[in-house]
Amino acid sequence: MTSIAARTAAEISQRGRIRSAAFQGFFEGSIKATLIALTLLSVLTTVVIIAVLVEETIGFFTMADHPEISLWSFFTGTEWSPLLGAKPLFGVLPLISGTLLVTAIAGIFAMPVGLLTAVFLSEYASPRTRSILKSVLEVLAGVPTVVYGFFALTFITPYLLQPLSSSFGTYNAMGAGIAVGIMILPIVCSLSEDALRTVPQSLRDGAYALGATKFDVTAKVVIPAGLSGVVAAFLLALTRAIGETMIVALAAGGLAQLTVNPSQQVQTMTAYMVQIFLGDAPAAGVEYRSSYAVAFTLFLITFIMTWTGAIILKRYREEYE
Amino acid sequence: MEQPTTTSTPHSHSGSPSIGEPMTLRNDTAIEMQNLSAWYSKNQVLHAIDLDIAAKQVCAFIGPSGCGKSTLLRWLNRMNDTIPGARATGKIALHGVSLLDSALDVVDLRRRVGMVFQKPNPFPKSIFDNVAFGPRLHRIYSRTDLEELVEQSLRASALWDEVKDRLTSSALGLSGGQQQRLCIARAIAVGPELLLMDEPCSALDPRSTASIEELIRELRATYTIVIVTHNMQQASRVSDSTAFFYEGKLVETGPTDVLFTTPKERRTEDYVTGRFG
Repeated sequence: MTSIAARTAAEISQRGRIRSAAFQGFFEGSIKATLIALTLLSVLTTVVIIAVLVEETIGFFTMADHPEISLWSFFTGTEWSPLLGAKPLFGVLPLISGTLLVTAIAGIFAMPVGLLTAVFLSEYASPRTRSILKSVLEVLAGVPTVVYGFFALTFITPYLLQPLSSSFGTYNAMGAGIAVGIMILPIVCSLSEDALRTVPQSLRDGAYALGATKFDVTAKVVIPAGLSGVVAAFLLALTRAIGETMIVALAAGGLAQLTVNPSQQVQTMTAYMVQIFLGDAPAAGVEYRSSYAVAFTLFLITFIMTWTGAIILKRYREEYE
Repeated sequence: MEQPTTTSTPHSHSGSPSIGEPMTLRNDTAIEMQNLSAWYSKNQVLHAIDLDIAAKQVCAFIGPSGCGKSTLLRWLNRMNDTIPGARATGKIALHGVSLLDSALDVVDLRRRVGMVFQKPNPFPKSIFDNVAFGPRLHRIYSRTDLEELVEQSLRASALWDEVKDRLTSSALGLSGGQQQRLCIARAIAVGPELLLMDEPCSALDPRSTASIEELIRELRATYTIVIVTHNMQQASRVSDSTAFFYEGKLVETGPTDVLFTTPKERRTEDYVTGRFG
């Protein structure tokens, strides 16, 4: 026997439960559907981008009025002159070499400087110094790349490079490479610092207790233990450098040439694409389509780098954890 | 595998023959502390400690958490130097060498004083490179005998038979007890006189603990050992003398069997019988 009040309360709670269960089901269902839709959006975007790249790239290689263009001639040709001369030449090697030259200069500058800055921040700096320097680095990370571009053009080249050697032209790979290096410095630095700071204090203590100096601890324990993260930082930064566009479009020049001389001007893959899309190349023309083939090549390079990075990371993890 | 001889049941006090007897034979002093006080910033953690520790014996520091026993241990190899705001006054001497002297070469001190930590902390390197780390640092080997030195150290820490076939594999693949014995081998390899152990078994299972305790009893023949422990049974099993600390003060010290069976101070008795702590 239950009292009226208790029965009413039970009914209310039961009805309430039914209603809220139905609502809960609908609510949960729609949340899940939204999340799936948004996830699919990013997957779809990737698929569409790759599809467009592939389609236009195939179109470039199968143009009826340019039978001379083939995968072989594209990847082995040493001359890239799509706009000049009577007969356009599409050998992508000068663009690849230009890209790699600028990236190499950026890496040679940014990797040691960034790693040593990270070592200073993580191992030597006081908390106060660290917080000040980190905010400076954040400012550096927030500078628009076009600013680095004219910094290279109006400062690095005329005031740092040309006084050293008269062989540096207004546009050159060195100035652009250094500017790209400055741009990727915050990435190298903050990711490396994260990697070094996650090395447990107990390892440092263990080394100090064996009579290691601060330098020994840093060089023989902390950096080796944090190496996987440092390598990941390097790869991410280099991938970013390869894809950098504005700096090289402004400061590296517009002449695609196969050279390793940093005082010469070079054209990178990204800079070529800017040139085509900002110029008045006709939409179905061979120059226009060639930029898709270049974009696809760039995509392949960065994809391989990211993939290599993942493999390296995995190998280190297996070894160290 | 663990040593078959380490199935020891806990001795409630030091009735075992391996402990009491040799004390009178080697009673020269390794460490002298006089009026030692220590601070972390403005917080005084040690108050006027006077304590002598005999050479080639095991001395246990016991006491409740926060009593200053780990701080004291960390002054014996100046590990507190790495902590901002840590300072000490008074005197600590290791075989007559003053340890609080600002001109002291701490690198040399830490070569003479090995340390083993609460949690095993092998470097993410091979077993060989872990043991060789100290000798390489101090260049105290000729190239040919590094391998021999590593082998000796691993034998001394009773780990050699378990790892001799995989010296080049990562130390992180070892069990916790093996890692801790590796850390002991790593400390031994630089040829210290004194070994400091800061609760070396607190992160280990009972079997590994038994093997470490067995090892401590063996190492006593060669090294002076100071061990910080929370575990009363452990203190009574492995140590020759015991010092009881409470709130930064040394309450009582003496031979372990005496301190555990007939303590002079009431607080010592309450602590060793488990009434607080």
